[in-house]
Amino acid sequence: MNALMSLFRTWQLGIKSLFLHPMRSALTVLGIFIGVAAVIWLLAIGEGISQKAQEQIASLGARNIIVRSIKPPLEKLGDSNVAEFGLLRKDFNLLVNTIPQIEVAIPIREMKISFSFGNNDMDGRLVGSTTDYFNATKLKLAKGRFLSPADVDKNKDFCVLSMGIAEALFPHDDPIGKRVYCPTNQTYYEVVGILRKRTASAGIGGSLAAQDYSRDVYIPITTLNQRVGDVTRRFQSGSFYAEKVELHQATIQVKTMDDVLTVAELVKDALRTQLESGKGDIDVVVPLELLEQAETTRMMFMIFMGLIAAVSLLVGGIGIMNIMLATVTERTREIGIRRALGARQGAIQRQFLVETITLSIVGGLVGVAVGLLCPVTLEWLRDTLIENFPEEMASLPAEVRETVPIIVPISIPVSFGIAVLIGVIFGMYPAYRASRMDPIEALRHE
Amino acid sequence: MSNIAVRAENLGKDYVLKSETVHALRGVTFDVPEGDYVAIMGPSGSGKSTLLNLLGCLDRPSFGELYLGTENVATLNDNGLSDIRSKRIGFVFQSYNLIQQLNVVENIQVPLYYQGKVNRTTRKRAIELAGKVGLGDRQDHRPQQLSGGQMQRVAIARSMVNDPYYILADEATGNLDSKTTDEILCLFEELNAEGKTIIMVTHEDEVAARCRRVIRLRDGHIESDLPIEQDRQKYHYSMPTTELSEDEEEDVAVTQAQAVTSDGFSVDDDEIVMGGSSDSHDEPEIEVEIDE
Repeated sequence: MNALMSLFRTWQLGIKSLFLHPMRSALTVLGIFIGVAAVIWLLAIGEGISQKAQEQIASLGARNIIVRSIKPPLEKLGDSNVAEFGLLRKDFNLLVNTIPQIEVAIPIREMKISFSFGNNDMDGRLVGSTTDYFNATKLKLAKGRFLSPADVDKNKDFCVLSMGIAEALFPHDDPIGKRVYCPTNQTYYEVVGILRKRTASAGIGGSLAAQDYSRDVYIPITTLNQRVGDVTRRFQSGSFYAEKVELHQATIQVKTMDDVLTVAELVKDALRTQLESGKGDIDVVVPLELLEQAETTRMMFMIFMGLIAAVSLLVGGIGIMNIMLATVTERTREIGIRRALGARQGAIQRQFLVETITLSIVGGLVGVAVGLLCPVTLEWLRDTLIENFPEEMASLPAEVRETVPIIVPISIPVSFGIAVLIGVIFGMYPAYRASRMDPIEALRHE
Repeated sequence: MSNIAVRAENLGKDYVLKSETVHALRGVTFDVPEGDYVAIMGPSGSGKSTLLNLLGCLDRPSFGELYLGTENVATLNDNGLSDIRSKRIGFVFQSYNLIQQLNVVENIQVPLYYQGKVNRTTRKRAIELAGKVGLGDRQDHRPQQLSGGQMQRVAIARSMVNDPYYILADEATGNLDSKTTDEILCLFEELNAEGKTIIMVTHEDEVAARCRRVIRLRDGHIESDLPIEQDRQKYHYSMPTTELSEDEEEDVAVTQAQAVTSDGFSVDDDEIVMGGSSDSHDEPEIEVEIDE
């Protein structure tokens, strides 16, 4: 208890001494506070970016393996007028039939096309798939129903609209029961359901481009194959483009997460010939692997940012030591007086060490406070930048523009702890110097 | 025989420099009994500062013994000396040496702070001492808000707070004007009358004149150790001319009447030497016994 009181008094004395030179004390604190705030901010920004990336990946489904068809560059397509590429139905069936761990496999075929109803029309995407698609992608109904297995079996001309298309084509009416028209194919599809808004996903890796789901119209893949052959033609910019694609994507859902990597290998094995053909027309994406990679990246990023911030804290510490050495020299007389009045060397050492640690604690606290303000500040900064530099901001990639920093909880006690430690370490030498002064010399000083 | 505040026995200090050894103090022996009021004088190089540092336990002697009360301090280590300073000695410096960040009451308590003993009781005592030296109404003033004389009063109060064996004053009035000097010296006299032991290191005769005994050093030895009247007689100086009382004026007249040179001629007024005894040492040394 006595020791505690004595420490308290030493600290009281320290505070008074620091207030003798408030400006100098404030500037010393600055170094530490910037270091601490930097640690918290940098880690928070990094965490925000990582989280976003991980969310994107997770939205693809941790139990999924996605086989995606990619249009190769012109050189690789050969001489035919028709660009033929992508996953073949026979291979799809092979996967489904030979890998028991697969819970469900969803075939997807897409085409960009325009839709109309009455006087309204809209460019969108016709997506052919199965009932499982809706479950696997966790879509939510706004109205009506999903496509049913019967629809798929019987090649029904039913469709499910995404909210964007629904609003564009049916601004005033209820779409359910109405028939949407595709001018290009001259086909009608009766609306059986409307989906709730679905968040767009950013691109992840080369094979999964960013998708905007707001203009999708979902019909049974069987219907699509029946109505539109494997070859699709488009007229664009004065030329015809023909593509022969059987499947644009196969989403394979594995029964348990443990099996994902095994199944991924099996899938890659089964498709090895096509994967290694050099045509580059299919890709196997395993979100789980991506997640693990993202986690590794995140760790490395945190370490890297942490190191940078640690360096800045170090610099702050050197600043503290410099200032304290100057302070000790300036207070030589005072040290002499105190020694003459009975201070032991240890007492002098403690006095100056307490002063330095007080400075670093204050710096740490201010740093933590400013660090916690990171999300708010960045929000304000983002809004201000968007207001004043809209074009520049729009040109930034979405990840950077929309990143929300997430404070990493452990960064707070760690950076604060390091700040205090810095105070101790860099305060020891000045305190030592002070305590070793000869009282007689010190009293003669100045 | 009453108690001894300080005893030095063949106390000496040598400073070993690169090229030579300086024998600053060559073995001095004296007692200061409790309640005494001693002036220590001497020209530069006499060992005055060295003796001051030893009496203040700021330095260790090279040989000899030094007792504070009954405690032998000659062989203490640094921590031991620090403790002695906080418990047994009261310092008064020429330039006051108060601590800027602390107010009057806090400054007074500093020695107790280093004994580890600061509490409500000590604070009360400090306030009492502040009142005693005439600063009761300035307890929370900081040194920057005090005059030189006021600061010195705080220093004096501080020098008493730990009930020391003696107050060690080093040119305590050196930075003060003559009026304030007189006030401070009166304060010292008051304290001495109450029984406090005071050792005053000074080079001014008029300050020494207010003490009860004068020890003079030269070349590291004690040249003389006399009660004030005999010292004054020997070294031909009188009390300071500022405001002498009737008795004091009589003393001055008597002294003047008795002042003779060694070859028997009486001395005129102008030749009464005031302060600085360095030029009047053609007389033979007079050994005087000091009785209790």
